[in-house]
Amino acid sequence: MDSVQKRELQLQANQIRQDIIKMTGQAGSGHPGGSLSGVEILTVLYNNVLKMRPNQPDWPDRDRFILSKGHAAPLLYAVLASKGYFPREELWRLRKLGSMLQGHPDLKTTPGVEMSTGSLGQGFSVSIGMALAGKLDKKDYRVYVMLGDGESQEGIVWEAAMAAAHYKLDNICAVLDYNGFQIDGTNSEVMSVEPVADKWRAFGWHVIEIDGHDLEAIAAAFQEAQTIKGKPTMIVARTIKGKGVSFMENEVDWHGKATNPTETEKALAELQKIRG
Amino acid sequence: MEKIATRDAYGNVLVELGREHNDLVVLDADLAKSTKTIKFKKEFPERFFDMGISEQNMIGTACGLALSGKIPFASSFAVFATGRAFELIRNSVCYSKLNVKIAASHAGVTVGEDGGSHQAVEDIALMRSLPNMTVIVPADAVEAEQAVKLAYEYCGPTYIRLGRAKVPVIHGEDYKFEIGKAHVEKEGKDVSIIATGLMVAQALEAAEELQKVGIDAEVINMSTIKPIDVNTIVESAKKTGAVVTAEEHNVINGLGSAVAEVLVEHCPVPMRRIGIKDAFGQSGKPDELLEIYGLTAGDIVKEVKELRGRLL
Repeated sequence: MDSVQKRELQLQANQIRQDIIKMTGQAGSGHPGGSLSGVEILTVLYNNVLKMRPNQPDWPDRDRFILSKGHAAPLLYAVLASKGYFPREELWRLRKLGSMLQGHPDLKTTPGVEMSTGSLGQGFSVSIGMALAGKLDKKDYRVYVMLGDGESQEGIVWEAAMAAAHYKLDNICAVLDYNGFQIDGTNSEVMSVEPVADKWRAFGWHVIEIDGHDLEAIAAAFQEAQTIKGKPTMIVARTIKGKGVSFMENEVDWHGKATNPTETEKALAELQKIRG
Repeated sequence: MEKIATRDAYGNVLVELGREHNDLVVLDADLAKSTKTIKFKKEFPERFFDMGISEQNMIGTACGLALSGKIPFASSFAVFATGRAFELIRNSVCYSKLNVKIAASHAGVTVGEDGGSHQAVEDIALMRSLPNMTVIVPADAVEAEQAVKLAYEYCGPTYIRLGRAKVPVIHGEDYKFEIGKAHVEKEGKDVSIIATGLMVAQALEAAEELQKVGIDAEVINMSTIKPIDVNTIVESAKKTGAVVTAEEHNVINGLGSAVAEVLVEHCPVPMRRIGIKDAFGQSGKPDELLEIYGLTAGDIVKEVKELRGRLL
């Protein structure tokens, strides 16, 4: 990644953050904290990694991405709009009656959404089926899936983890958005997930640990995952909940609460300042 | 009369369908020998996925296969397939309206010796409460075979309820099952017996007994519980003026409830529900259990006579 590309991605990530704040602020509800933590990961994925055709969302050879932590829907929607899956104006109808952008991703209403998610753990399980189908059909598409750290407390996550290793699904690359928080507090207060990287290794996964806001590290991890044969890859990405907005960073209350108009202004002003 | 378990019919027809259709895939959760998907596994190992003892992940995986153009049939015991994996079926299969087929065996008390923990008496209730779900309960092997074939052709979430025990084959080769259409097995004018699953054979036996005492019973096989065949229920109730339902399932939220919902809105007539009276099952031989839970032809005869007696 050269400096021009990096600058381009930084600008895009910043724009995605502003969209998340505006969307949830306008909706008056939603999950900004866990949306902001995954911005760099999805920015790199959608710009540098995924094979896709936004004007043909059901292109059979496309790479798949499932947002298993479905409450980060504002992040996914902002990224999909930036790639042209649907008009940007739709973002401002998030969570409104009749909107194509439901509170949690719904494949029936939103182009580019590969699976309806929101009930945690289920999207990850669905990715196993997509990867098995890819192997069965001898297709070389890859299946990407993003999980939350709190999400990994769901039993089905480990059922699916076991199955992916058992079936040697090296066409799956999962990312753990490890921001350390969930609704009721930090992971360590609520239900410790540590040692999380060891758990995935023990389940037979190739594990890469990175800083989830480092664009170059993210790109390198996705590249490394493509070279791993015979086992699935989990990228454990250390992130900051609420990243980019000073008063939201590492504040658990911003898991599932939108900014009021004053806070929205303040957050957007901060982000515009960083953008320079 | 020849007796075949509906799970055996399922296992056989899967192989037949597998030969014709490459997009058919089968999943099981370590019960392939019991659900009879083992036959498919032997012939098409590359299209069979044993997910181990993890019913939730089996359903999620089936969703991913369906989203990739496959037509997955996922099997386990009805207790686990519908109970353990319920929220997967709700949020991933039905909410997303995916083309996933859940064919569960060992429904009802005729599971027998394994006991109440393994006898699903609430699966119809769970499945029929979900939007987009089609619920089919075949009465015999002939109907089970056709139901599986039609479920393959039909696009959308489908639940097929299968049994462990051998049940009489009541249909001939010329029988034609249609999703959403009840079948009048025997016409009559005095009372409508609406049954599902193995209770259809019991209902036919009961109708013969009733004929001897001058009661001409109509026997309706309600093999699709959802969408339910409103017309056939209403037409029959109008003709006979009395309805008795019979199911190997809790009387709460199964066939009896579904029929009552139709009657109360369209044609309220006196009605009785035969089924398990809000209880769990227990160990025993299938026939002993049918007797203990009041699920025999004799119980239907008794209930019909009692209802008729009140009306005369």
